[in-house]
Amino acid sequence: MADSDVKALTGGLEMPDFETTAFATPPPLAEATVAIVTSASLHHPDQDDFAPMDTGYRVLDGSRRDYMCGHWSPNFDATGIALDLNTVFPIDRLDELAADGTIGKVSDIHLSYAGNQFDLSAVRMDSGPAGAKFLRDQEVDVALFTPV
Amino acid sequence: MSTLAHVFEEAGIATVALGSIGAHIQGTAPPRGLWCEFPLGRPLGKPNDADFQHRVLAHAFGLLRSPEPVVEKFAESITDDGTETMSCELPPRHDPSLHPAVDEANGLRPAYDRAVAKLGNRTGAGRTVSADDIPAAVQSFINVAEGTPWKEAGIPGIPARVAQDIRGYYETAALALAEHAPAAWAGARWFFTSTEAGRAILAARKSMADAGEKHPIWFYITPGDM
Repeated sequence: MADSDVKALTGGLEMPDFETTAFATPPPLAEATVAIVTSASLHHPDQDDFAPMDTGYRVLDGSRRDYMCGHWSPNFDATGIALDLNTVFPIDRLDELAADGTIGKVSDIHLSYAGNQFDLSAVRMDSGPAGAKFLRDQEVDVALFTPV
Repeated sequence: MSTLAHVFEEAGIATVALGSIGAHIQGTAPPRGLWCEFPLGRPLGKPNDADFQHRVLAHAFGLLRSPEPVVEKFAESITDDGTETMSCELPPRHDPSLHPAVDEANGLRPAYDRAVAKLGNRTGAGRTVSADDIPAAVQSFINVAEGTPWKEAGIPGIPARVAQDIRGYYETAALALAEHAPAAWAGARWFFTSTEAGRAILAARKSMADAGEKHPIWFYITPGDM
């Protein structure tokens, strides 16, 4: 078992095609509100676990540090996030960047999706836009996307 | 991940996407992407290394200054050559009336509890199988390995999810037993090659495959390259 062998398994996956690349212009980072959007299927213990092929999202409370990784795939190292949440969800690092003024503010809420999707249409047409609108309503300017 | 970045950008949120697989992040071309050549499961690179994680974030957020879509590669790489295995002592045999794998799972409980008390439970038991029920779940895979059809073996949930909880229980316990932070995948290699439970799950997977069970039922019980 090796990381390169596991990655090679994904070689045949079809890539989603976007005819154009949307491109938003953020405010200066030192004035921006930043959220994390992860595809690591993180959720708080009192939230529903992710079901297989779950295309929904969970709203994560940035003031909490109790997260479970509900990712269904066995194809990732689990000890990194077990040792340090920031290996996948760098919430403490963002708090530090806010404290030193590098970023304006860390959003109070963050989002989590399940990344192991074979059919991306629901994420692209439904839960993705819904999550984006939710963050916009929270006045988030910048989103850092992290996989697992 | 990159698909979501496109969608969020369309809604007016500037995005920066980290990606661990170069072909993916380059092929999906998010508005701003940073290919970090790190093992799967460690997109910020190194656990408990704030300086390293800040270097990743500094590069990522620096992409926000680009006037056009951009995908770059982080300067530092972390590679796994598939050889490093966690080193930690397994509990001695305690109850000879039990299968060695079940006895082993019971014996790891104190270490598991210490690890959860220290680190929290992010990838251990509890998604489908509680820590209390891990030994019985191990027994169910032993049943499959010994020839019982998986639907009659007492597996307390979808086999892949149950196996994931067992592996998580073991890898979490190992973090309390080892005196070092393991390299990526070292915990998984330890579980599947050094523990009775890991070997039982591998044997059950083979038994299910040999019996002609549907591919997704048995394939996702272990990492795909096994």
